[in-house]
Amino acid sequence: MAGSTRASLTTEAAAADQRRARHFSPWLDAWRRFRRHPLAVVSVAILFAIVLAILLGPFVWSVPINAIDFTTRLQTSSWQHPLGTDDLGQDLLARLLYGGRISLAVGLAAMVVAILCGTIIGAIAGMSRGWVGSALMWLTDLFLSLPQLPLLLLVIYLFRDSLKSAFGPEGGVFILIVIVIGGLRWMPVARLVRAQFLSLREKEFVEAARALGASKTRLVVRHILPNALGPVIVAGTIDVAAAIIAESTLSFLGLGFPPDIPTWGRVLFDAKDYLDIAPHWALFPGAAIFLTVLSINFIGDGLRDALDPRKVM
Amino acid sequence: MGQYLIRRLLIAIPSLLGISIVLFAVLALAPGDPFEELATNPAVPPEVRANLRAKFGLDDPVPVRYVRWLAAMAQGDWGFSFVSRMQVDTLILQRLPTTLFVIGASQILALLIAIPVGVYAATRPYSLFDQVANAFAFIGFSLPTFFTGLLFILVFSIYLDWLPFIYRADISATGWQWYWEHLRQALMPIAVLGLFQVASMTRYVRASVLDVIRLDYVTTARAKGLGERVVITKHVVRNALIPVVTLVALQMPAVFGGAIVTEQIFRIPGIGSLLISSILANDTPVVMAVTFIFACLVVLFNLIADIVYGWLDPRITYH
Repeated sequence: MAGSTRASLTTEAAAADQRRARHFSPWLDAWRRFRRHPLAVVSVAILFAIVLAILLGPFVWSVPINAIDFTTRLQTSSWQHPLGTDDLGQDLLARLLYGGRISLAVGLAAMVVAILCGTIIGAIAGMSRGWVGSALMWLTDLFLSLPQLPLLLLVIYLFRDSLKSAFGPEGGVFILIVIVIGGLRWMPVARLVRAQFLSLREKEFVEAARALGASKTRLVVRHILPNALGPVIVAGTIDVAAAIIAESTLSFLGLGFPPDIPTWGRVLFDAKDYLDIAPHWALFPGAAIFLTVLSINFIGDGLRDALDPRKVM
Repeated sequence: MGQYLIRRLLIAIPSLLGISIVLFAVLALAPGDPFEELATNPAVPPEVRANLRAKFGLDDPVPVRYVRWLAAMAQGDWGFSFVSRMQVDTLILQRLPTTLFVIGASQILALLIAIPVGVYAATRPYSLFDQVANAFAFIGFSLPTFFTGLLFILVFSIYLDWLPFIYRADISATGWQWYWEHLRQALMPIAVLGLFQVASMTRYVRASVLDVIRLDYVTTARAKGLGERVVITKHVVRNALIPVVTLVALQMPAVFGGAIVTEQIFRIPGIGSLLISSILANDTPVVMAVTFIFACLVVLFNLIADIVYGWLDPRITYH
């Protein structure tokens, strides 16, 4: 080899750290590597601020989200309304704080669904040696070639009304969106987990555990899965961002949450017809989505350096 | 090569069948009934309703209905759009060229930007240029298409007033004026969709070039005394672009998602906006057909990528 390119700026420096201090746990070690990615650290701070604002903001900024006041229609920033108002005179800051809760909750819940499905399917495919594994991988490839947004729209179109009547307008749409987004995003996780399992199951420590008489479940849960977790965490982080974008896209197309629930995408949908007279109305929710997704993506990149240092990309 | 082509075509058929099964299963599982309106209408006697159901085969078991639906789709009988009052296939064929034009042009734009930037960044890893390109790539795929679209309209149509923000199919101008008007109105949608692609593509190209650039044959090429430009363009890029072809094909589902949003924002009369308007109008035959078309396009692009891959990489065996 003529030379080698480091997989990432942070890996070699981190390796030096590792030699110096041996008594750290793997998680502390990962944290040390994570800290070397300045943008990821800044992103953690930004995301923390956003989450804090969303969770505590409505208690501090107690303007109701649906207080209609036509005298203050389409105003730009002022002391009464820091982010301005929409066409009904509703306070944008209060609406964005409330909508952020839903956007983030959808992102997290969809990520959990995707990770659970992906890990289970990937683990089964990685542990079985017969036709089950190849059949599951065929299914994974099939789902990978499904056009996600059209399918998402189709499912929501067909199932929306019945779920609405079963769980109420808010709960029904929430469950539907989470399951569908999660159910269409498990494939990369399944592939990752399977690849990890295929290499880990042949390792000596797994063989040793098997020789000691560990059952297959114990092998998977205690020995293989914890070692395969790094890339899954990275994929899960990126999935949160992707799910937030997917939910906003649905709401932006007018097919997500009902109009009285101001998720960020929904506010953008309402704002897009007033772009020429009230650009602030569209800019603030758009910036909120962008900032959240960007910081989650950077955190994912930092986590990749910290937990999965070999991989480039 | 001919055999390879046939084999790939044969592999594409089961995935098309699988996709059609998933789509039909979704439709069959869905509550609601095309005759719901008749059921609530007291003027329609129950026996008429039962006769209609029997005529359209709605009481048959799901597999029978699936085979019948598939046979009809394969014969080109895609149903009738009750909203547009025309055959679904004519409607889709009217809309499809616009969508393919926007998607194709945006892919070309994305490749034209992503390849030079990615290669340049990879030849100078961790330089200032690389880090700036990387930061822009992150910004690029964190910006959802609907927000970039609105930002473009805000800047280029409202503040600067350079470009129209509504796509019109019926431009009355002739000759060069016609082409100019078309270019002007297509510019923003293509740029929005292209920029969304550039971000991830740049990172693919960079990673792929980084994989290749340290291989021994590149050192050999340098040792022979070849100029850096020749080494990069003739030896590195050629090999590095092979995996990029697959990654571009894998991105196609996401591109179609972006195309739907872009068509909706700029009101482009393509199949993406057709899908949205049909969903809002409860036009089930059109919704099913458009979704199936999108799935077919994804399979088609995967097929093309496989063929291009086989053509680019002589190491792939055709057997």
